[in-house]
Amino acid sequence: MTTDTAVTAAHPDHHSDHHPDPAVVRKTAMWVFLGSEFLFFGSLITTFLLYRTRVNDGPAAADVFDIPFTSVSSFVLLMSSLTMVLAHHAAGRKDWRQMRVWLLATALLGMVFLAGQVFEFTEFVHEGLTVSTSPFGSSFYVLTGFHGAHVAVGVVLLLALAFMSFGGKFRDTEGLNVEMVGLYWHFVDIVWIAIFTIVYLLQV
Amino acid sequence: MTTTTAAPPATGKGIWSWVTTTDHKRIGILYGVTSIFFFLVGGIEALLIRSQLALPNGEILSADAYNQLFTMHATTMVFLVVMPLGAAFTNYFLPLQLGARDVAFPRMNALSYWIFIFGGLFLTISFFVGGGPDGGWFGYAPLSTQVGEVVRMDYWALGLIVLGVASIASSVNFITTVLTVRAPGMTLMRMPVFAWMSFIISFLLLFSLPIVSVGLFQVYFDRNLGTLFFDAANGGDPVLWQHLFWLFGHPEVYVLILPAMGIVSEVLPTFARKPLFGRTFVIFSGMAIGFMGFGVWAHHMFTTGLGPVAEAAFALTTMFIAVPTGVKIFNWLGTIWGGSLRMNTSMLFSLGFIFLFVIGGLSGVTHAVVPADAQQHDTYYVVAHFHYVLFGGAIFGIFSGIYYWFPKVSGKMLGERLGKWNFWTMFVGMNLTFAPMHILGLNGMPRRTYRYGEGLGFDLWNMVATIGSFVLAIGVLLFLINAWRSYRRGEVAGPDPWDGRTLEWTPSSPPPPHNFDEIPVVQAEDDFWHRKYGVDEHGRTVPRADYRPPVPGGPPAGLHLPSPSYYPFLSAFGMFLTTMGLVYVPWGLLVTGLGAVVMMWGLFGWSMENLVREHRR
Repeated sequence: MTTDTAVTAAHPDHHSDHHPDPAVVRKTAMWVFLGSEFLFFGSLITTFLLYRTRVNDGPAAADVFDIPFTSVSSFVLLMSSLTMVLAHHAAGRKDWRQMRVWLLATALLGMVFLAGQVFEFTEFVHEGLTVSTSPFGSSFYVLTGFHGAHVAVGVVLLLALAFMSFGGKFRDTEGLNVEMVGLYWHFVDIVWIAIFTIVYLLQV
Repeated sequence: MTTTTAAPPATGKGIWSWVTTTDHKRIGILYGVTSIFFFLVGGIEALLIRSQLALPNGEILSADAYNQLFTMHATTMVFLVVMPLGAAFTNYFLPLQLGARDVAFPRMNALSYWIFIFGGLFLTISFFVGGGPDGGWFGYAPLSTQVGEVVRMDYWALGLIVLGVASIASSVNFITTVLTVRAPGMTLMRMPVFAWMSFIISFLLLFSLPIVSVGLFQVYFDRNLGTLFFDAANGGDPVLWQHLFWLFGHPEVYVLILPAMGIVSEVLPTFARKPLFGRTFVIFSGMAIGFMGFGVWAHHMFTTGLGPVAEAAFALTTMFIAVPTGVKIFNWLGTIWGGSLRMNTSMLFSLGFIFLFVIGGLSGVTHAVVPADAQQHDTYYVVAHFHYVLFGGAIFGIFSGIYYWFPKVSGKMLGERLGKWNFWTMFVGMNLTFAPMHILGLNGMPRRTYRYGEGLGFDLWNMVATIGSFVLAIGVLLFLINAWRSYRRGEVAGPDPWDGRTLEWTPSSPPPPHNFDEIPVVQAEDDFWHRKYGVDEHGRTVPRADYRPPVPGGPPAGLHLPSPSYYPFLSAFGMFLTTMGLVYVPWGLLVTGLGAVVMMWGLFGWSMENLVREHRR
């Protein structure tokens, strides 16, 4: 995680210089970035809604979707938000060991979700739905694939946080870093809630 | 933050110091010089196009070369010239105008620049490996999705995604800068209008670029993965691409014009020695343009067959958006009304901007009328319209800004005599080139055709336009000579050559790396002006007796500037390799993998950088 804000005075008691709270600066940037991401997924979801019934000769949503299975993997991803909160909470208490446990738990739940997605994709392909079967297939795979890529990036960030905290060199910004990754992680979860509702539940 | 430790500030010399710089002023200069270079590239492309069209049945270019040139002329001018020139000014002057020492994230700022230049390089490389993109800058499917032997439109789609990443990163940076690192007393409404426009532009980019990125990914997947997004034969819908593109494309129009509007709003008050008339109104009009800019995109698609309801709705919003733009025109006129005007080159370019932008704006309103637009669509009338707003508007505004701020950046004044020649040749050239296109368009000459037949009534005006384009080129050449001469042996500019109104005129020219010896405490709008001038009992402006110009001292003790870093360059280079490999699927994926490793190396090195330095101490 980066730590670069404009300029810092070496002495905290140097009052003549104006320097903003780094936590505010970095969190602002993260919220702004997530604002952009909403439009990204918004466009992908819009594309899906346009193409949801254009199935050509291939399977339709109701033919392939396995709602109980996806419900379970959605539950796994939602639970990862809970463990993320616990990690953040532990970081707030400066309980680094606990924090690492919950970070790794979050990463693990994320990986379980990803594994579920890989399994699901494989099943769908076997049932005859590929990216080239129909616009429905194209938009489904690209939307959920981009979401999966976001989850994967989140897993990498979580693992990096957990391993970098072993050395104990990041104590100054540890809590803030966890909070930043947490914001991203919750965002990815929220997008999944939208995807699960719109792409899965409303189409069967 | 607290881990940033004592390291030499970015004042070194040599290429390495520029590669590793994190100083917003140096990054601004890099953006500026790079975009001027691409301006020449795009200009040469334009001259080739005009040479081909000078006479009926032109022989200079083949149809294929012509397609590449018009595609790359537009792509270059939009993404590699006007946008980064806006970014150049924002980089250099946003922190100075806000009374800050740098942007919120200096290294991310460097990253944006390096991604941008690698993206520009990526697009340009395509010319040497099988031809440049040839499907138009709008990339309508199926022009963009047809897969032949060539990878031209892969370069285009991926190149624009890369440039989009650079712009989103700098937007996040600028928005955070405005929201968090303003000087004490610099309330949002006290921010200079240029800073406001940069702020609004950042939001426009932030919300519009992800939309077109999705579209560009879909184009890329259609070409390489066999998806069917825009494949009409298999249920895909090419109109979706048009929506995704113009939902970005129209806010983008305001991204291109708002920097110029911001510059003009700085230049006119300075040279009229009056505050900007209805300043708050100008700011709110900018915001209104930003919001409404997202609600007019389908006026680019009136001939697509959207149906009467959609067409009527977008016709109305398009007419409405002319209102805040018109408000600004009146504000500028109100500013110069009764002012004591100094007619120097910067002022001339600003006045030229108003004149030309009004013409372009009015022809724009004619496009809002759907039946008329159906006639004008895809003719040279449209070409005339957007060149009046983009060249007469954006570029003239930017040139005004260059003449206005060159003394601050270089410490030297630009020559006035050559400057006036520069203005008048560009002004005459611009009108000679683009005014005839109105007539050509209304007479039915279509855009994007590489030849026209004899005896269609197009001969005269095409010849005039071509002559005009060369006059224009001479104007640009005069500017380059002027800049070079001034840089070598120009008149030395003091810190405040124009008797300026905003904070960037307080430090020396060029400003020291730390910008301000002491962070200013802002008391009013146009704070610097009010420190210099007061009002006597008759309401006249008089110099303050107690005003002393600031004496450059040095940075306050214990101040640490952002350290130089090569990780932004490394990460951007990794991204370049990643993208390069994606053009040549499947074997290119090896390069992509290598690029991903380099990028990860860059990003992890980046996040550890402060730590390592801390450790060494």
